[in-house]
Amino acid sequence: MTTETSVLQDTRPTPGVRQRLAAFRQGYPHFFLLGLLVGVMLILALVPYQLVAGPWLRAGEDVPYLLQYFRMGTTTWFVLTVSGMAMGLLIFIMSSGMTLTFGLMSVLNLGHGGFISFGAFCGATVVVYFSAWAASGNLFLTIAVLMMACFYAMLITGALGVFFERVVIKPVYGDHLKQILVTIGGAIILMELIHVIWGATDVPVPRPQLLRGAVIIDQAIPFIGGAAIEIYRLMAVIVGLILYGLMLLVINKTKVGVLIRAGVESREMVEVQGYRINLLFLAVFVAGSALAGLGGAMWGMYEQIVNAHMGEHLMIMVVVVIILGGLGSITGCFYGAILVGLINLYVGYLEPRLAGIATVGLMVAVLMWRPQGLIPVLRH
Amino acid sequence: MAEPLMKLSGVHADIGQYHILHGVDLELPKGELTVLLGRNGAGKSTTLRTIMGLTDVPRGRVEFKGEDITEWATPRIARSGIAFVPEDMGIFQLLSVRENLELAAASGPIDKQRLEWVFGLFPALKKFWQTDAGNLSGGQKQMLAIARAIIEPRDLLLVDEPTKGLAPSIINDLRDAFRELKDQEATILLVEQNFNFARALGQTVAVMDDGRVVHAGSMAALAEDEALQQELLGLSLGAHQ
Repeated sequence: MTTETSVLQDTRPTPGVRQRLAAFRQGYPHFFLLGLLVGVMLILALVPYQLVAGPWLRAGEDVPYLLQYFRMGTTTWFVLTVSGMAMGLLIFIMSSGMTLTFGLMSVLNLGHGGFISFGAFCGATVVVYFSAWAASGNLFLTIAVLMMACFYAMLITGALGVFFERVVIKPVYGDHLKQILVTIGGAIILMELIHVIWGATDVPVPRPQLLRGAVIIDQAIPFIGGAAIEIYRLMAVIVGLILYGLMLLVINKTKVGVLIRAGVESREMVEVQGYRINLLFLAVFVAGSALAGLGGAMWGMYEQIVNAHMGEHLMIMVVVVIILGGLGSITGCFYGAILVGLINLYVGYLEPRLAGIATVGLMVAVLMWRPQGLIPVLRH
Repeated sequence: MAEPLMKLSGVHADIGQYHILHGVDLELPKGELTVLLGRNGAGKSTTLRTIMGLTDVPRGRVEFKGEDITEWATPRIARSGIAFVPEDMGIFQLLSVRENLELAAASGPIDKQRLEWVFGLFPALKKFWQTDAGNLSGGQKQMLAIARAIIEPRDLLLVDEPTKGLAPSIINDLRDAFRELKDQEATILLVEQNFNFARALGQTVAVMDDGRVVHAGSMAALAEDEALQQELLGLSLGAHQ
């Protein structure tokens, strides 16, 4: 009897483990989802294709489409994962500004896409103007071109943000319906402004010489040997992580960050402490616009072509990310963006046309599980 | 009576489409604790919010240290030396105790001596210095809300029902803290429903009804006059001993 009991205890998962797993799922939904997504894809990559598709291959029939995932192997899985992270981090840069303005100011700025497009064109202008430097292959000159492109994009979109907040947003604080209408109108004006300044045709953006090509992982490294990772994607990962770190530092360790977090909870009580929340709103809106510009400039170099409507198209992913992450949450936005990037690449590997549907599907699934998003923000 | 630090003259206030204050006249003597009494819905909390510039004031005048502050924005009113503790305490739940107090010290870093004095009044805050305010108990949250109001020297404290929903032992701690503030000659306007608490602390009293001040005078006089208590408040303070 004693032996039977101990065998049962050894082989069955104890309630404690289940409870711990449930607590992890609830407490860290972002890690849970990321782990689930990347883990499932890794398992698919590890299972031999011949084993799964054997019956169809032996019978000489077509192998079901979905089983193609088992063909990718760990090297492709690694490439997809790193590329998905790079895409996710670029989306994060573009989305973070919008989630910040929504979290603090409760402003639904659907004109955010206009800032992304504007930033992309500003960045492209610098890269094209200094194309000789970019093509030189000199590390110092390449960094200089990249820095100038990013700063120029941020400067112009930040300045546009000042005008946009004062003229377009300020009169409609507190009224979401009007915000939606006027910010869509603002986005149309920004797009037309791009047509006026740069013309209506697509503008190619030559990627700097040093950022072309890929890093090949040594063949001797098990599982991921031979994987080719684009240098630009690696740079996007590094820039995205640095930016996320900086944002966390500002939000958590500086008085401005404390004010922003306090403002997300209760704008009125921030004013009662003696702080002019309107100035904070303006500063956050400008920062958000500049981040959209930076994201647009980097996305332009990623796609190597820019057009006035790119921001409009990217807004679908941006909106999915900020809803998925929990409106107003920077950390939620970060993990939401990485999830969106990964699912785009994983689904796009099999069927590129389904990538967009998968993105929206991910949002629907997460909202059915957690209607408040991955990491919700408490609001008074 | 000491000279008034604050004076409200014929103040009307609206919240949305509702007209809440119907001409409030009130004077707050400098260095005294004034208690604002009245039934629910009489306009006590709205009076405090109006002083802080949080409601629309279509008519009337609010003067502070001789200046007309009626049209001032809330941050300017706060920086002129008025601290406000609302009924819901208004603490930032996702910020730590430290961050809540650092934010309240709007003019710069917290003065260490002042902080030690606040810790002396509310020792729990020292213990939970790095804890998120949302994780504090109701009494500790109220202590934090009051500590936030006094972390820098202020000319006037507006406190809305600090004892609401608190255990008797916590109420005693708060009473001791207010006594110490009184000893330092702080000017305080306290909205309170707990009559024992109000009587123990109040030097002057104003009673509101239907958006107006219907009685103003010394707390000692009101406490002794049971007929007046019945008339103004519908009960006797003595019955609440």
